[in-house]
Amino acid sequence: MRRVVVTGLGMVTPLACGVEESWSRILDGQSGAGPITKFDASRVVTTYACEVPLGDGSDGTFNADDWMEPKERRKVDDFILFGMAAADQAVRDAGWMPEDEEDRLRTGVMIGSGIGGLQSIEATTQLIAEKGPRRVSPFFIPGALINLVSGQVGIRYGFKGPNHAVVTACSSGAHAIGDAARLIQWGDAEVMIAGGTESSICEIGIAGFNACKALSTKYANDPKSASRPYDADRDGFVMGEGAGVVVLEDYDHAVKRGAKIYAEILGYGLSGDAYHITAPSEDGDGGYRSMEAALNRAGIEPADVDYINAHGTSTMADTIELAAVERLMGAAASKATMSSTKSATGHLLGAAGAIEAIFSILAIRDQVAPPTINLDNPDVQPKLDLAPNTRRDREVKVALSNSFGFGGTNASLVLGAPG
Amino acid sequence: MSDVEKRVRKIVVEHLGVEEEKVTESASFIDDLGADSLDTVELVMAFEEEFGIEIPDDAAETIQTFGDAVSFISQHSD
Repeated sequence: MRRVVVTGLGMVTPLACGVEESWSRILDGQSGAGPITKFDASRVVTTYACEVPLGDGSDGTFNADDWMEPKERRKVDDFILFGMAAADQAVRDAGWMPEDEEDRLRTGVMIGSGIGGLQSIEATTQLIAEKGPRRVSPFFIPGALINLVSGQVGIRYGFKGPNHAVVTACSSGAHAIGDAARLIQWGDAEVMIAGGTESSICEIGIAGFNACKALSTKYANDPKSASRPYDADRDGFVMGEGAGVVVLEDYDHAVKRGAKIYAEILGYGLSGDAYHITAPSEDGDGGYRSMEAALNRAGIEPADVDYINAHGTSTMADTIELAAVERLMGAAASKATMSSTKSATGHLLGAAGAIEAIFSILAIRDQVAPPTINLDNPDVQPKLDLAPNTRRDREVKVALSNSFGFGGTNASLVLGAPG
Repeated sequence: MSDVEKRVRKIVVEHLGVEEEKVTESASFIDDLGADSLDTVELVMAFEEEFGIEIPDDAAETIQTFGDAVSFISQHSD
């Protein structure tokens, strides 16, 4: 089977626009949460979220003009804009913007999203109610469809290989990276631009997740402490937005062109819960099997895993995942570090798995496990080190990243140091 | 320049992201100003909104240039 490596990274997160800017703030223990500014949140229960910081592009702010021309930007929902920004960073980082037709034919795109153009669906529905259906923009549908991120990326860079998009709720980003790696393994492409993107911080998005009782509601006075995975005082996830995109490449292809190799995709596992539309089963069986499958694919033992980037959303399900990881790790649990970077970024839904795969890759690069912030009073006594509030400088050769989604859809990626 | 011409030019410049000088009477939205078929649909909707008129689909198809738009709107708006 062909080996697949990661040669480019790109991200837009609530902490910053850019990989290094986001990562340094993660390690520093910063939170991306604050009061909602994207819409008037006075009618919804949860009034805070993790929004992408907007600005002139300096100091890690996101300046839309840097990523799409105003004329083009007007035609797409924010989730596409974020996805384009992350993809542009990733292909530039990888130095992969080929002019050669054969290279373009062998480069594909697979960028997923959990919900897609929810903001424009909401706005267009209001427009119809006020002005009637004749006022609907011809760009509404192509600006809201999930696979149009992959489509737009393909058009911008001329990538003519497989053009695909994953939709598996909060597992979308992880599934996209895993599935794209398999397309390379099977020889459908040499290079895949893969990841996830999301921008659902709008009234219908917050109201919808509030109705599911999934969001944190009690921290309006202190949003930065709202996302607190494993903590006894957690009360739901904090909605985030942004995108993560990686460049995946056949190992020999990457070596031949002298590309910088960040990590190798060692394993990928998938499973289904067959249990409930929004909740995992109490025994964490789905997540367990997903992790087990990924380790089997990688051909490694649980004891080989140094760092686990948990799904850990700051909901009741955190301890279910924790128990499943402890069961998987067995006696090796005490030697591994597990953290939830959602404590800092909030939950980016369909982008979560992608940014967390990138954080796992950076953990390997920099030999450090990022902290779980706001973990002051653990709900249960963990057998693993959860890196409460402090980064762990430690050996990280192998990292495991978990993503679990509504519908009982689970994905686990195993990432390893290059070489 | 008529008032209609000014307002139509502003819409074209905004929607297509082109320089104002390029929006001449004979400038074709698709051939000269970089529009695609969806852009022209949106342009016509913007004209309808701006001038409070309705441009039926068969009439919209005849509006290919800046001049076509100005002349149609001049004839059909108050």
